[in-house]
Amino acid sequence: MTRFDTAFAKGPALVCFITAGDGDTAANLDALVEGGADVIELGMPFTDPMADGPAIQEANLRALGKGTKTADVLQIAADFRARHPEVPLVLMGYANPMVHRGAEWFAAEAAKAGVDGVICVDLAPEEDADLGPMLRAEGVSMIRLATPTTDARRLPAVLDHAGGFLYYVSVAGITGKQQAALDTIEEAVSRLKQSTDLPVAVGFGVRTPEQAEAIARVADGVVVGSALVEIVGKHGDKAAEPLRELTSALAKAVHNARKVAA
Amino acid sequence: MTDQSALPNSLSNSLPNSLRSQPDERGHFGQFGGRYVAETLMPLILELEKEYRAAKEDPEFKREFEALLKHYVGRPSPMYFAERLTEHLRADLPEGKGPKIYFKREELNHTGAHKINNCIGQILLAKRMGKTRIIAETGAGQHGVATATVAARFGLPCVIFMGAKDVERQKPNVFRMKLLGAEVRPVTAGAETLKDAMNEALRDWVANVHDTFYIIGTAAGPHPYPELVRDFQSVIGTESREQIMEAEGRLPDLLVASVGGGSNAIGLFHPFLDDADVAMIGTEAAGLGMDTKKHAASLAGGSPGVLHGNKTYLLQDEDGQITEAHSISAGLDYPGIGPEHSWLHESGRVSYVPITDAEALEAFQLCCKTEGIIPALESAHALAVLPKIAGNYDSDKIVIVNVSGRGDKDIFTVAEALGEEM
Repeated sequence: MTRFDTAFAKGPALVCFITAGDGDTAANLDALVEGGADVIELGMPFTDPMADGPAIQEANLRALGKGTKTADVLQIAADFRARHPEVPLVLMGYANPMVHRGAEWFAAEAAKAGVDGVICVDLAPEEDADLGPMLRAEGVSMIRLATPTTDARRLPAVLDHAGGFLYYVSVAGITGKQQAALDTIEEAVSRLKQSTDLPVAVGFGVRTPEQAEAIARVADGVVVGSALVEIVGKHGDKAAEPLRELTSALAKAVHNARKVAA
Repeated sequence: MTDQSALPNSLSNSLPNSLRSQPDERGHFGQFGGRYVAETLMPLILELEKEYRAAKEDPEFKREFEALLKHYVGRPSPMYFAERLTEHLRADLPEGKGPKIYFKREELNHTGAHKINNCIGQILLAKRMGKTRIIAETGAGQHGVATATVAARFGLPCVIFMGAKDVERQKPNVFRMKLLGAEVRPVTAGAETLKDAMNEALRDWVANVHDTFYIIGTAAGPHPYPELVRDFQSVIGTESREQIMEAEGRLPDLLVASVGGGSNAIGLFHPFLDDADVAMIGTEAAGLGMDTKKHAASLAGGSPGVLHGNKTYLLQDEDGQITEAHSISAGLDYPGIGPEHSWLHESGRVSYVPITDAEALEAFQLCCKTEGIIPALESAHALAVLPKIAGNYDSDKIVIVNVSGRGDKDIFTVAEALGEEM
């Protein structure tokens, strides 16, 4: 059993994203876990986050402005792993910082830091050779994104070599914007699940416990990012407590979703 | 797809018989190019490639493209013997030295630069694909104006993304775009220049992929953009070939063009790539100098990386974070370069030379005074290499310089640099 298997076996999982180097990241990560997050996505800051909306763009700039380096991100990951041996940890970011020193180097460092999976936003499956084989050789999953534009013809390419869980981007757009209608999410998730055994987590535009609960009824996981990142933006180094509060409300909603539905 | 991507590099990179047969079917120029975009865009990118292949085979598409280039853009652009500049360069050289300098006069095109060639091609593709909304990024505003122009010509709504800093320093072009009916959206993210405008255009595209066509302004971005922009711009080189044969009865010895993303350069170079006796120089913007951090020379001062959909040479730090470019020319103020140029650089087929702001300014003034032509600051970077190389060429040698745009837009920048009040 991988950490992902364990996390998703318990029922719908709450996946929480924050950007490394933004605020007191270690304290914030602990707050997410204490609040009930089942999977952690740690954003690797990049100067040009072209798939992200304003909230995460600003988090990237804040982190880089403080001088956050790739080495710092890996150290934050390694420290997290030491404190939380069971919680799956995903690095999410853009291709250039991941491949710049060589994909072998990055894959080995990620594995050493206890990272379970990597999401590389701008690495299309067509360019998997740049990073995928190196990650898999180190036992790190390449987590793929499916989107509303991923049709039946395209899906096999996305699923080829996909690991960990499948991240369904519920809106064609950037992070933090409006949420898709629930019935289209349900339809998409059931379509995806016909083609893969991987758990399907749904993200983009999920901000409230109510939204999270509704999605958790139809999906294996719910990803929340911008709403958490905004809290860090607002509270700076004192974001842990408000993060714990929101995470706890989200976790309760996600974990109880199936019970309410039943 | 995945079977091919599993091929070892040695196989997929095997040397082609022709330098003109790139990219491969996956959009790679050697190790460069490719498709590095968010998954939301991938199906559209694949559809665009399919549609472009079909358009290339369609005589009606070719006819419409060529008719618009002739009657709307005003092609062919002249091949002009720059006699006084030739004499000026020879004046300081030993007898019998100093080549004949010809200008390929892209600055005489409608909208004043080569950018329109590509915009005509792409809007015809947009129409073919049934897209009803146009977006584009722009730095200096030349590509924005060209895009707004074709959008007006085809009656499509158009949004131009432009760094807030560029909006401020390129006011005449901002107003031109507005007159042409485009909405100009200032981008306040990042350094507020071309790179950030491109990020924002990509964000808009992801959110509006169902009805929107993104007209990329240079031979860069995800495959098939570098290929199709090059093909649309190759009219420059194809015409040049015919015109110089007519004027001189033989091929030129050297081609010179400035390189930001590199669309005017690849358009001139590509039809000559297999002519081993034709040398080529691309000039990069060296800003305040290569010994400073204030430059935009991705080849001379950068390293390979991934940005804006393709793998290519980039200005970046040791962590792969993109660093800010600097050039007096807003059109060259970008931290990357088209992937085919990266490949031509590594293969040695084209030489790339850094040109500083000061050298470009000097060439700008020289061109004004000797030829009565105000060149764009971008094109001035190409002209600036001439004094450096003229002595290496005998007087019967032929050099073609791509005067890619006119410099009316730059007079305020130049005045400021020269300390003139306007």
